[in-house]
Amino acid sequence: MSKFDYSGAFAEARDSLPGQGLPWLDTLRARAIEQFTEAGLPTIRDEVWKFTNLRALDRDLYAPAPARENGIAVGDLAPYLPADLDCHRLVFVNGRLRADLSDTSALPQGVRLTNLAQLLEDDPDAVQSYFPDDIDGDSPIALNTAFMTDGAVLTIDDGVTVEHPVHLLYLAAPDEGPASIHTRNLIIAGTASNATVIESYRAANPGAYWTNAVTDIVAGKDANLRHIKLQSEATTAFHLAATRARFADGVAYHSFVAQIGARLARNEITATLDGSNIDCRLGGAYLGRGKQHLDNTTVVDHAEPGSYSNEHYKGVLDGNAHGVFQGKIVVRPDAQKTDAHQLNRNLLLSEAAQADTKPELEIYADDVKCSHGATVGEIDDDALFYMRARGIDDHEARQMLVEAFVGEIIDTVSIELIRDHLRQTVAQWLAAGEVL
Amino acid sequence: MLEITNLHATVDGKEILRGIDLTVKAGEVHAIMGPNGSGKSTLAYVLAGRDGYEVTEGQVLYQGRDLLELAAEERACEGIFLGFQYPVEIPGVAGMNFLKSATNAIRRHRGEPELDAIDFLKLVREKAALLKMGDSLLQRALNVGFSGGEKKRNEVLQMAMLEPSLAVLDETDSGLDVDALRVVADGVNRLRGPERGILMITHYHRLLGYVQPDQVHVLAAGRIVKSGGAELALEVEDTGYAPLTGNHAAA
Repeated sequence: MSKFDYSGAFAEARDSLPGQGLPWLDTLRARAIEQFTEAGLPTIRDEVWKFTNLRALDRDLYAPAPARENGIAVGDLAPYLPADLDCHRLVFVNGRLRADLSDTSALPQGVRLTNLAQLLEDDPDAVQSYFPDDIDGDSPIALNTAFMTDGAVLTIDDGVTVEHPVHLLYLAAPDEGPASIHTRNLIIAGTASNATVIESYRAANPGAYWTNAVTDIVAGKDANLRHIKLQSEATTAFHLAATRARFADGVAYHSFVAQIGARLARNEITATLDGSNIDCRLGGAYLGRGKQHLDNTTVVDHAEPGSYSNEHYKGVLDGNAHGVFQGKIVVRPDAQKTDAHQLNRNLLLSEAAQADTKPELEIYADDVKCSHGATVGEIDDDALFYMRARGIDDHEARQMLVEAFVGEIIDTVSIELIRDHLRQTVAQWLAAGEVL
Repeated sequence: MLEITNLHATVDGKEILRGIDLTVKAGEVHAIMGPNGSGKSTLAYVLAGRDGYEVTEGQVLYQGRDLLELAAEERACEGIFLGFQYPVEIPGVAGMNFLKSATNAIRRHRGEPELDAIDFLKLVREKAALLKMGDSLLQRALNVGFSGGEKKRNEVLQMAMLEPSLAVLDETDSGLDVDALRVVADGVNRLRGPERGILMITHYHRLLGYVQPDQVHVLAAGRIVKSGGAELALEVEDTGYAPLTGNHAAA
């Protein structure tokens, strides 16, 4: 049972939600709020939430952020954009598209980048096919389905290459009272299409808010999709996000998730490898300090034979920060010749920092190659002394070692300017606090 | 340059150095030989300032100052260089970046301007060429996947870049084939000069065939049991350590 009256909040918001009056959507939203009200937020009694306690989020009602004027102008965006990187851009403020801050003028033929609210007006049937009647997943997904206000919808036609990345910037500008932001994104990559999508979650100012995002991805045969996410919310924020992706034969999907913001964040990726010769790589880095709680949870589901998946997440935890990695690999009975690997490595910079890591392998086929590994360690004393013996002071040496640890995973990102952006982000993170 | 008096040191509560007296003057090359477990590496670590090596008695003066009061990085900045017996592999830190950080840390300490990327690169290439080290080795992560010989060359390259006043070389000759040994020895000889001191710690006399020491000391059970000229190294070669240490220790 939900502790707070989200049902009442829904009744209040219902008429202002996009697509209001579409029978299928009204029904879906009504069922979703019912489902959430019934279940409430997940608790640590749920096995998949046992390391991530949402109690602090359940201390208040996070009503949907109202549509309200805010003073953010194009000139304010610079700090939130990767420097020198030409992008097609959608900017959402408090979960609603700000067309005046967005730029889709240079999109190539065969690519549509629009927003959910608009598409529900222009072509609701096109949207409906991507919303099944059943609301799968945990209760935050149900709440997102009830409240979804807007989000990016990217469709790429067969054979089209989008040369410049698509940058989706989600800016929170909380004002009074706890507010929730429910974005719903849809990425449809056609056969043999090729694109890079960057999601950034940032805050224009601190405040009590909850980002509750859902991104659905469908990639057709031989599509090549790079997906980078930078979660850099205010440290007063909660961030729950679920990416659900389904891949056909020959898809190459390379994801990279950097989490450095939020007081509590969980990024879930569920990848269904519904074909052969798929190359699915999930990489990530999380850097926490203070009382931050950063969770990465993945499910890689090999449904068909002969696909490859590789997960590699690295965490750096300082202060009282708590990192969580949960990685589930499912190999279905038909998925022979699956090649699946998983690695989670954590560097603890303080006594009180904590890392929980949980691999979970469910293998129903007999001819497969699967590996998993996890480490939790401290800065290597030998390396530290070696550097100090060359004149590099303790502080700089520790910074270099942390940058090296994280750098190894950042190096897997294919676009140089994004790598630079991520490296700078790490350097800024390090500069912002003592590394001891 | 370096005056060690009655130095006692413990590691994990166990006394390893038991009263070392040693003076290295500017311009001199000293060799310290000794069987395994005699305290050679401990002496090197104590001089370089490694945590966990506790000096319980005695003193070390370096250029007239109390060396033991300085942190490891301060010692390096003041001109002490430790060539590691086992250079550490540091994944993710490119050798070039490491060397640049070290070079500039020491230049800052000396009040010299930092080298920019171009000047630095020029200098590194010049020094690396003398050691027959290509760019590819320097672009790679520090020591990661290097052969034993490559690691030791890398140590000598770092030494050449940092131009220390006192180089303490801990078994820099171990694990080298003859060609690599010659390259490394040339590097050490290039560093020799009237204003520099070199302390070579070695198990075998091999390196001493290429780098002629002014004095040789035999270390056993944490003490210097015999000192002499270069000929002492040959004596050790002939007879082993046992007659000198007066016990079962073997060469």
